[in-house]
Amino acid sequence: MTRHRGRGIASVNYPIGMNLGGDPSQALVHSNPSGKFTVALSSIDLGQGMKSVTRQICAETLGVPVEDVYVDTADSDTGPHCMGSFASRGTHRVGNAVMAAAREARGVMMEAAAEELEVNAADLETDGRGNIHVKGAPHRSISTKDVAIAAQFKQGKTISGRGIFLVPLSDVDPETGEMSPATCYAHACLVAEVEVDDETGEVDMVRMDSAYELGRALNPRLVEQQLVGGAWMGVSHALYETPEPYYPEPIHGPRDFVEYLMPGPGDICPHDIAVLERPAPDGPFGAKGPGEMCANPVLPAVANAIFNAVGVRIDDLPITPEKVLRAIKAQGGARPQPRR
Amino acid sequence: MAKTPLQFSHNGRDVAIFVDGGTNLLVALRELIGDMTPKFGCGQGGCGTCSVLIDGELHLSCLTLAETVAGRSVETLDGIKDGPNLHPLQRAFADNFAAQCGYCTPGMLMAAKALLDRNPQPSRAEVIEAISGNVCRCTGYEPIINAVLAAASGGRARA
Ligand code: FES
Ligand code: FES
Repeated sequence: MTRHRGRGIASVNYPIGMNLGGDPSQALVHSNPSGKFTVALSSIDLGQGMKSVTRQICAETLGVPVEDVYVDTADSDTGPHCMGSFASRGTHRVGNAVMAAAREARGVMMEAAAEELEVNAADLETDGRGNIHVKGAPHRSISTKDVAIAAQFKQGKTISGRGIFLVPLSDVDPETGEMSPATCYAHACLVAEVEVDDETGEVDMVRMDSAYELGRALNPRLVEQQLVGGAWMGVSHALYETPEPYYPEPIHGPRDFVEYLMPGPGDICPHDIAVLERPAPDGPFGAKGPGEMCANPVLPAVANAIFNAVGVRIDDLPITPEKVLRAIKAQGGARPQPRR
Repeated sequence: MAKTPLQFSHNGRDVAIFVDGGTNLLVALRELIGDMTPKFGCGQGGCGTCSVLIDGELHLSCLTLAETVAGRSVETLDGIKDGPNLHPLQRAFADNFAAQCGYCTPGMLMAAKALLDRNPQPSRAEVIEAISGNVCRCTGYEPIINAVLAAASGGRARA
């Protein structure tokens, strides 16, 4: 029995969101008489951080503290329409919608403040700590709370805003077949190092090194969290999990967590990640989004690493020990490839 | 079918309920006591999110017959915080971004607590071993392992 090391690389050019129907998302922002703001969305946060990021975007655009913004997600009865949380689109699409809604709400808030301070709204600015004051004269100030109260009980105004982000639908050019399915692309490159046992066909992850370019990282720790976790979903798809192991034959499909294989805490390896920030011109504060693409480069990199280790090219996922072993047998033994 | 009276200590408080024969502890905790912190993941011992401590020992509540805890002490995630203060493990999970969807988190925390209660300074390998019965879809485990190590070292290092 020999264990062979191999290294593989893969790069992805990842379109953020999709082209279907313009891929719209909407957001509504309104203030409560307490001076706090609510963002209504029907986008879903499964733990990726959509709530945190849209909260930051809304607070920054309104010019209020982040604590003063509450994001209400995932109720399509009460929230405005969203296409969903997939295709790395949340930060970009929903973020842009929130930004537009917050901008409109800020306009009303500044008008209401101007009326209270008896100045022109164009002469006002927010301090980001919950106050609005006259530019260059911070003592002529009013809190956002007092503005909200005045708007609600005196001026009869709703401090609110509507936002939608819609990518112009791109049709296929009948002559050339050309189209532009996305307006914004993220990029990644990942190197995977594996160890393949030529007697059992088992593949162990040794380490991963990656670089992700995903626009501005609005919340760097959340970006890191996505990249760390997402890579293991990639490894899982590359090596372990499938509902139909003998597709198209439905036999021997997993019925529970014992049979549906996924990596456990003992299977993980070091993963060194570099995040490159290249702000996107049409992203909210330059953000693209680290979602689905966290997993994508891992699969081809692992497949290439296995080829490098034992010389078998497996193009059918997941790359189970059985497939590796059959392929090694078919070629009459492991054939380690040169390491570059 | 006749119900059986059952008394045990739930997070330090005595509780008395009636259970049908064959009721598992997870159902008793969630549906009869109303403690929703142990989660239902698989109901067959494969995921660990229903983990609780029985007399300080880690158990899968979905595989434990409720009647077997009579007179014993059951601790769930709901009981580990100290009033309004988070348990150091909870704090470390938050600081280390060790939860995303959070579905595995109650089980991870209880498995980690069982470990730190008997071994306050575990090695990385011991942490991995301790949470190896728990499945996480989101985090890739690394942040969870780091959180447990950080809690063990007093929350200082992001190991
Ligand atoms: S619910 Fe008990 S182990 Fe999954
Ligand atoms: S945080 Fe989602 S399963 Fe662990």
